[in-house]
Amino acid sequence: MKITVAGEKKEVADGLSIAALIEQENVETPQYVTVSVNEEFIDSGAFDTYQLSEGDEVEFLYFMGGGR
Amino acid sequence: MRITIKRSDVDEMIRHALSERPDEACGLIAGRDPEDGTRVIEKVYLLTNTDHTNEHFSIDPKEQLKAVKDMRANGMVPLGNWHSHPETPSRPSEEDIRLANDSRASYLILSLENEDAPVLNAFCIEKKEDGKNVRKEELIVLEG
Repeated sequence: MKITVAGEKKEVADGLSIAALIEQENVETPQYVTVSVNEEFIDSGAFDTYQLSEGDEVEFLYFMGGGR
Repeated sequence: MRITIKRSDVDEMIRHALSERPDEACGLIAGRDPEDGTRVIEKVYLLTNTDHTNEHFSIDPKEQLKAVKDMRANGMVPLGNWHSHPETPSRPSEEDIRLANDSRASYLILSLENEDAPVLNAFCIEKKEDGKNVRKEELIVLEG
């Protein structure tokens, strides 16, 4: 199936999970990554079970924070 | 790394950071990165600090997503982020260093310690096997 990851169209296995996509995309420090699918934020606890669908638009957003 | 930023963008950051006091202000920077040791900041995003304190900042992920899409739509790449230190100097704190997860990013810190003379510096925070290495980057403000 075709999905869009960070603006790039990609061919991936049908029903790929978010966790598998994170691994496939070699996402660095995945513990600090927020994932959105079609502009909806997905709870990190669902990364293993959430199956992506044809045409989904996925974004990986790195947590950005700090303190004085 | 040699980074350029427009005076008008710096002024906008200062205005926003002053208006957000006592909380820390934050946002993203975007522009061009030809990967030749230079970076050009073309746009500064003023985003919400969801922590709403003077001690921490976390960028609102919804606004972050919107900004990333805007960068892409306008042919820019993410270059890093910026935040203010309302009461402390322009240098990464221990927490800034601990939470910096992107060795390629530029981290801009705007100090309002002296509100009449805000100080803006850029840093690279690299991950090393034995911790993290902080390096100050050259930041050039383009006047006019």
